[in-house]
Amino acid sequence: MGSATIRAVDGITLAVEPGEFIALLGASGSGKSSLLNLIAGLDSPTSGSIVVGERNLAAFSRGELAQYRRYAVGMVFQSFNLIPSMTVLENVELPLRFAEVERSKRGAMAKDALERVGLAGRIQHRPIELSGGEQQRVALARALINQPSILLADEPTGNLDSRTGTEVMELIRRLNESLQMTVVLVTHERDLAEKYAERLVSMGDGKVIGDQSNPARTLARGES
Amino acid sequence: MKLYDSVELAARNLRESVLRNSLTTLGISVGVASLVAMLSLGIGLQQLASRRLQRAGLFDTVVVSSRRDLRSFSREQETEGPAPAQSPELDENARAKIAALPEVVEAYPDLRFIAELRFEDKPHLTMIAGLPLSSKASDGFEGMQGRFFSGDDAHEVILQKMFAAELLGKSAHNPDEINVKEIAGPLIGKQLVLRYAERESGNGGSDSASYSVISRELPLTIVGVADLDPDSMRGNFRARLFIPQKLIEGMHAMQAYESRDSTHATSNQPVYSTLVARVSGAGKVDSAEQAIKKLGFNTFSILDATKSLRRFFAILDLFLGIFGSLALTVASIGIINTLVMAILERRREIGIMKAVGASDADVRGLFFAEAGAMGVLGGVFGVLMGWIIGRAINFGTNIYLVRQGFSREDIWTVPLWLIGAALGFSFVISLLSGLYPASRAAKLDPVQALRYE
Ligand SMILES: Nc1ncnc2c1ncn2[C@@H]1O[C@H](COP(=O)(O)OP(=O)(O)OP(=O)(O)O)[C@@H](O)[C@H]1O
Ligand SMILES: [Mg+2]
Repeated sequence: MGSATIRAVDGITLAVEPGEFIALLGASGSGKSSLLNLIAGLDSPTSGSIVVGERNLAAFSRGELAQYRRYAVGMVFQSFNLIPSMTVLENVELPLRFAEVERSKRGAMAKDALERVGLAGRIQHRPIELSGGEQQRVALARALINQPSILLADEPTGNLDSRTGTEVMELIRRLNESLQMTVVLVTHERDLAEKYAERLVSMGDGKVIGDQSNPARTLARGES
Repeated sequence: MKLYDSVELAARNLRESVLRNSLTTLGISVGVASLVAMLSLGIGLQQLASRRLQRAGLFDTVVVSSRRDLRSFSREQETEGPAPAQSPELDENARAKIAALPEVVEAYPDLRFIAELRFEDKPHLTMIAGLPLSSKASDGFEGMQGRFFSGDDAHEVILQKMFAAELLGKSAHNPDEINVKEIAGPLIGKQLVLRYAERESGNGGSDSASYSVISRELPLTIVGVADLDPDSMRGNFRARLFIPQKLIEGMHAMQAYESRDSTHATSNQPVYSTLVARVSGAGKVDSAEQAIKKLGFNTFSILDATKSLRRFFAILDLFLGIFGSLALTVASIGIINTLVMAILERRREIGIMKAVGASDADVRGLFFAEAGAMGVLGGVFGVLMGWIIGRAINFGTNIYLVRQGFSREDIWTVPLWLIGAALGFSFVISLLSGLYPASRAAKLDPVQALRYE
């Protein structure tokens, strides 16, 4: 493509513990999304390794990466990424189709997931008929449906006002606490990161420029 | 992803942009319809031609001639069997041998001669031929008035309708103008007298070429008038008056071609110019011909003659098929276009599917299912359309034929296999068309696809 090689993610070493809630912070263009896509198995690094559990994603084939995305990670995006022609229920069910779950079980599983995000009443609606916060909750339900151990969220509140943003973040926090899901949250809002994450990783120019545990959150946890 | 899910998602996608996909499907339908219409026309014409030949009734007969006969049927140089000089004569012995072949039902000499006959005191000159009783079943006698011979040597006669008209003093140029029923009425049951020349072999002298000719008269009863076409391709129907085969064999009449070829009259044993071998089925003609050739005779069958006809129809079908396929090719480009457009439109959707765990194969399967569904729908509508088009052509042609004074003919046939083949073909073509779009969709980079707005 261009004449200059852009190193979106460059020489990063980062270890995340199971069940940890970390936030990736940084200015626009610092490489947060790129790193998240690597962890999600949507992208492959030109060099280096990404080890999840015992397995190195960098060595995965396309088919293995698809399998990994299907079962090991759930993702939510700033722009929700729901399929507009499908109902809420069908959107949440979609990963089950790829996982070849029996048809008879799918409906109940999807309803369970929607109940968990508080949307049991809107299953036959189309995504555009829902508010932004509701759409993001549908996306969360979809991310959870295959019971992954890792939740990756790329600016999940970026398109939401602060009240609905808080609702969504509270949901994510609950998933982290009740299901022991590992959460990697990408955000450029420092406040939000400090409120929910246990660990704050700062990025700049594709590199990690800061990595600290979040005193506020660790404290809050210790109290509860 | 399971097949059922692929098909369901594909159906949903097709419904999403229903106008565009309907138009694409319509394109396939037109392609399939043109293929079906073209091929069924080709098949119909071929069947029409072979029906005509079958009606003429030569598919189960082999005409046998001696190699000694220089007027032999076969123009090709025979490589098998003895040379012309040593080849056997076509006599009663040969007839028995040929009749004994497993494929041959009966063998009889093709006897015909020109004779004078008197009917109601008026003389007529005509060609007379013998017919075995088995000819009764021949479709050549469909529409005959009166009845067939009561026995193999009954003194009875069947008239060809043109000659029957002549006997009644009517002259007609077109055989279709003659109503068999009308002219048969006054003739059946009447007598006519045949005057012919009987050949008697030489009176013991050393001159082998000598024989005497005795004039004979034979009274015969008219029992039937046949609706035969005088120009019929069937050799032994090419006469105007028929008498039973045994009767004509017993007459020792001088053959039409005999006077020039006196060597045929050397013995008391009759030697025939040609024998007709009736074979148990059209499929046996080839092997019967081979067996008879091994006996040292020349053979001729209509199957030889239809070979070039069949080749013509094979080529015609090929061309009609190519023209039909051309439309289908255009249709398949339509599928490719529609699906490539769909990839552009659904880029983001493909990215989402990949993000939630769709594999390359899942995405490929989805596009294949869409292409296949369009192919199946297009195929079904296309076959229907082609059928209607063909019907219309047939209908129009028949109106024209009837106006022109011909009988109606089915020039158009849709055999079941053609329907099946058209459906299968359109399905396969659509899958092939889906090949490129599907693999393109499958290879989409999910990160890029998700960034796409
Ligand atoms: N496909 C690509 N081709 C070229 N450059 C790319 C590509 N993808 C990402 N980049 C570049 O890599 C860098 C990191 O991008 P990335 O999207 O990870 O940033 P980000 O931190 O998520 O920013 P934001 O906060 O705006 O989402 C940017 O400079 C971007 O322009
Ligand atoms: Mg980003």
